[in-house]
This record gives sequence, structure tokens and C-alpha cells, in this order.
Amino acid sequence: MTLNRRMLTASLAAAAVATLALPAAAQKKYDNGASDKEIKVGHIGPYSGPASAYGAIGKTISAYVEKVNAEGGINGRKIKLITLDDAYNPAKTVEVARKLVEEEEVLLIFNSLGTASNSAIQKYMNAKKVPQLFVATGATKWGDPKNFPWTMGWQPTYYAEGKIYAAHLLETKPNAKVGVLFQNDDYGKDYLKGFEDGIGDKLKITKVSYEVTDPTVDSQLLTLKAAGVDAFFNITTPKFAAMVIKKSAEMGWKPLHYLNNVSASVSSVMTPAGLENGIGVITSSYIKDPTDPQWLTDQGYKDWLEFMKKYFPAGNLADNNSVYGYTVAQTLVQVLKQCGDNLTHDNVMKQAASLDITLPMLLPGVNIKTGPDDYYPIEREQLARFDGKTWVRFGKVYGR
Amino acid sequence: MNKPLKWLGLALLVAGLLVLPFLFKNYRVFQFNLVLVYAVAVLGLNILTGFNGQISLGHGAFYAVGAYVAAILMDKVGMPYWATLPFAAVVCFVLGWLMGFPALRLGGHYLALATYAFALAIPQLLKYKKIEELTGGVQGIVLVKPDPPFTFRFLDQPFNADRWLYVFTLAVAALMFLLAYNLLSGRIGRALIAIRDHPIAATAMGINLPFYKSMAFGVSAAFTGLAGALGAICVAFVSPDSFTVFLSITFLVGVVVGGLASIPGAIFGAIFIQFVPNIADEISKSAPWAIYGAVLIGVMYLIPTGVMGMLKTLWMRLRPAPAAAPKA
Repeated sequence: MTLNRRMLTASLAAAAVATLALPAAAQKKYDNGASDKEIKVGHIGPYSGPASAYGAIGKTISAYVEKVNAEGGINGRKIKLITLDDAYNPAKTVEVARKLVEEEEVLLIFNSLGTASNSAIQKYMNAKKVPQLFVATGATKWGDPKNFPWTMGWQPTYYAEGKIYAAHLLETKPNAKVGVLFQNDDYGKDYLKGFEDGIGDKLKITKVSYEVTDPTVDSQLLTLKAAGVDAFFNITTPKFAAMVIKKSAEMGWKPLHYLNNVSASVSSVMTPAGLENGIGVITSSYIKDPTDPQWLTDQGYKDWLEFMKKYFPAGNLADNNSVYGYTVAQTLVQVLKQCGDNLTHDNVMKQAASLDITLPMLLPGVNIKTGPDDYYPIEREQLARFDGKTWVRFGKVYGR
Repeated sequence: MNKPLKWLGLALLVAGLLVLPFLFKNYRVFQFNLVLVYAVAVLGLNILTGFNGQISLGHGAFYAVGAYVAAILMDKVGMPYWATLPFAAVVCFVLGWLMGFPALRLGGHYLALATYAFALAIPQLLKYKKIEELTGGVQGIVLVKPDPPFTFRFLDQPFNADRWLYVFTLAVAALMFLLAYNLLSGRIGRALIAIRDHPIAATAMGINLPFYKSMAFGVSAAFTGLAGALGAICVAFVSPDSFTVFLSITFLVGVVVGGLASIPGAIFGAIFIQFVPNIADEISKSAPWAIYGAVLIGVMYLIPTGVMGMLKTLWMRLRPAPAAAPKA
């Protein structure tokens, strides 16, 4: 009897609400991890272990969530970010992801870091139908909505970057003799494939490879020089990149030199290679470098600086990872805003796959754009040339 | 204790262990799985370090090899998961036995360093290009979780893949503990302990030192390798980065915390290495390993003989003084 009366009251109240409120607002839909008050988001990052330098990304994301909550949350809901350490160990990632999905019951897992770590949980996340959103790795495999509709990347892929260098090369030196040195693994092959697809059959490419275990790459460079290569794509990790730049200067070999973004660090690559040896080398980027003086007057940079000082004072103001974390967190906020009151796993992926925005710390002209068949949010990059001190951006924005 | 009481206790324990997964969520069941897996691995290392006195900092490598043998057999050959376990054990036995030869010449700290080198090398060797076809290189191998052979509901919980794996792992672990008990409580166990305590006296008594030492290495590696295979099946993924040197050290921590030269101690060691890092992570995000370290130092000070040592001491104090019996 009481039950009936309660049900009657409830349905009357519901009817009243339905007539009063707008039809759209009445349609609140929640999956695990979402309610009227909060949205639970899981995050996995390496706070300890060999890759703990990337821990700064997770800390920046936490700080940004704090800022969002302090400013009232999203559509009246606070974000509850649960961030866990996997120490860059894929076996641990599996355990941690299961904790987030099964015990914490998060709405989504966001920006989990590392190619192997994300590979380890991709099948699981897709079987559970919980979004594995904006993963922090540059491999191409994260944009495969047909087979893995619950997994999406964020940053430009190695493939896309390789294509950009090819486009620039075809524009500036259409008759070049092209040579590539690449590391013989998934990372190197991803870059190479993008570059080759970009060049097409317009030019012949001389390809040489090296193993991570090789002591030097001198003989590979001699091969390239002997082949008369005058446009060179350098797909190497920081240690080898420094060797290549130094050695080619010593050999008196001065091709048009493209260096992959992986090794674009001034302190760990260009300085050991000899700053004057690196003059003219070209790389690409998509976010604003916090050490670049030209952004000092930029509003986006100023806002970032204020955020860092207020919410993440322990952070390093020269650390690119904090720009990365800030920008990827803003992308998440945009997705959750777009979801409105329909906070289901399904709708999160749907909204993530219908983005078309620009963000303050992305380079001018670089945008975030996705579609139901396009799971690659950032595909545009701008080239930059080394002037002996820092990277100077030039030319148009490439990609897509 | 009289016999029927012992049997009753054992039956209760088995029943409790079988009901356990139905009382918890899937994720916890997965953690219990890992505890069982680590228990077998720690038991393997305990045979070598606890009973035979040879220190190994390289058992993570045997764990890795076992995991990869299982993963490759499942992924490339299409073998059923349960059939891969003996292969993992045999491969690791041979590898451990070979590793046992240099161990004959290297004692104490030198052996520790040699095995440490082994643990350092394995993750990189797994990335080697010539065997990438098999190992999947840096990307590793993604496996399919085995389905339970039949399903039912108990305590309103379905008998799903994780719970089935728990039962499977429990059965295998029980078998391995029984094997270890039979092996170590007899002649062989006494020989191993004699070698540990006084090698020269052991030789004088007619114990074949090289044979026992290299066999101990082989058997120990086989146990840990089998645990690795079980671990690969439970986690459903292997990659070189899963098996760093840290894993080897973790096993050694498990052996010491559980209790050197104690078979049931391996279970406590496994519980420690599985849960203490998680608890530390919950207490402090910024310095979980400092907390872990503090707990470890605390454990070493308070119970220097490990959990089993402590239990033994407690039992000696609390039991109804059998020493008084002769007086009467």
C-alpha cells in the first residue's frame, strides 16, 4: 500500500517535472561512474619506475581537474579523478585498469600512458565497453574504430608526422635524392610508413636501418652519403639522433635534414650533438613550447602560467609535459561538456568522435577534429628549424 | 593434534578457499589469482635461497621465460592454456639447471650478481629482432582469457572467467606446494639444508654437491617458470617491460618476509608483495615506495624470521606446554 502510494507520488512528481522542464533536460542518462553530483574518471600514469618523468602529465591533469571543480564543475557536476600508478609496467596496468573499471566503476579511463601499457588493456576495455580515451602514445594503432571502437588516441601519430615531412619535402625539393635512417621497431616503421605514403612513387627512397643495440650508426650514414642523398629523414631516438647530427657534420654531409619530434629536445639531443652542427635541422610540433619567448605575451600562455602557479606550484615551468597535460585535460572537459546530461559510456565515445575545437596551448592553426571514422584528434603540425639556440617555427600548418 | 581434527581443519580451509571468490568482486578475485601465482614463484625461489642458501636476484627472468613460453604456445601454436604449464616448467628447468653450473663456482654475492645480470638481460633479449615473430617485440603478446568450462551461479555471483581461473590456479598451486613438501621434507630436503649450512661437512657425508646444487637451481627455476606461465594466463598479456629486474627483487622480498626455508611462508610473502604496494599507493600518491620501504624495515625489525618464524614462535609460547608432559 505504502509502496503503491510512493510510486504514485513518484510518477506524479516525474510527470510534473516532465511538463515543467524542457524535454531535453528531463532525459538524464547515467552509466556507472556518473550521477547528478559527480563524474568519476580514471587515469593511469607512471608515477614511479623508468618513465616517471611522464608523471608530470598526471599531476598536471589532477591540478586542472581541481581548477575545473573549483570553478563549479561541468554542468553542475564535479569531476572525481582517480589516478593510479602503474610504474610503466603493462602487467600492473592490467591490474590497475581492472580496479578502475570494476571496483571504482569509472565512467571512462583517460590518457593512460605508454604503448605497451595501452596494448595490454585495449582488449579488456573494448570487451567491457568502457572508453579508453585519449591515450598518451603516438602509435598509429589507436585510431581503429572498426575493431576497437572504445579506444581513441590524442596526439599526432608518428605516421601523420612522417607524412608532414614528406609534404614539405615535395614542396621544397621535388627532385631530391631521398634517404631515411630508421630504428628497426614499431616506432621506426610507423614513421617510415607515413613518410613513404606521403612521398608515394614520386621519388625513390634509400632506406637504411639500425638496431637499438648497435653501438654507432656511422656505416649507415656512409651508405646514405655514398648514395648521394641530399634530403634525409632522421628517425632515431635521442641518443642516436645526437650521434647522427654530429657525425654528418664531421663527414661534411649537409643534406636537408628532417628530425623526428621524438628527438627534438634541445638539452638531450641538440646540445650533445654540438649546437652549431644542428643549425638548419627541421622538426615539427603541435603545442606551444613553454620556453619559447615569443609566447610571453600570448593570452593562452599567460592563462597556463597562472594555472600552473595557482594549482600546480610544484610543477616545472619549462616542462612540455605540463602543457601536454593541461591541453589534454581541456579536451576531456570539452567532451564531458558536450555529453550534457547523457553520461553513458556510449555517449562519451560519441561526443569524443564529434569534436571540432581549438585549444589555447595548441599552436595557432592546429585543431582537434574527430569523426565517427576519424579517431585521430590532432593531425596538424607546424615545422620548426633549429637556429643554433632554439626551434623557430616557420611556414604553414600541415596535415589533414 | 589428533588426526580427524586435522582433516576437518583441512576440509574447512579448502571449502573456505573455494567460497572466497564468490564473496568478492571480480577485480579482487583477479588479485587473489596473482597472490596464488606469486606464491608459487616465491616458493620456487625459497627452494633455492631458503633451503639451499643460494641467493638469486634473477628469478624474474625465469618468470618471464615461463610467461613467454606459455604465451607463444597459446598464441602461435594454438595450444590450450592448461597444456602450456608443463612446457614452461620444463624449459625453465633446463635453463635453471644450466644456470646452476656457473653457480657451482660462484658463491654468495658473486652468484647474486651473476643472476642479477641474467635478470637485466632477459627483457632486452625478448625485444631481439630475430625472434620478434615469436615474441611480438616491444608490443608483446595479447592473449585471450580462457572461458570457464561450465557456468553456474553461487551466492548470486556468476562463475565467470576470473573465478574459473582462480579455481584453476588454486589447484595448480596446491599441487606445487604438495610437490615441494614431498621433495623437501625427505632426504633431498635434508641434503639441500646440509649444503646450505656446511658444504664441506655435507660433502664428507657423501652428498653430491654439484648435482644437488644444480638440481636445486633447476627445480627452483621450474617452479618460478610455471608461476610465470600461470601469471601470463591470468593477466592475458606479456611484454618485455612486464618483467624488469624489480620483479626479481620483489620475489626475494617475498621469500624473506614470508620466512626463509618455510613452505607455507611463500603464501604470506605473496600476500605481502601483492597488497603492500597497493596499500602504500593508497596512503600516499607522491611517495608510495617510501611507505613500502618503511613497512619493509618495520617487518624486518619486528619479525626478522618472517611471518612463518613469528607464527612458530607464537605457537611455541601459546600451545598447552607439551614439555610438561614428561614430568607427569
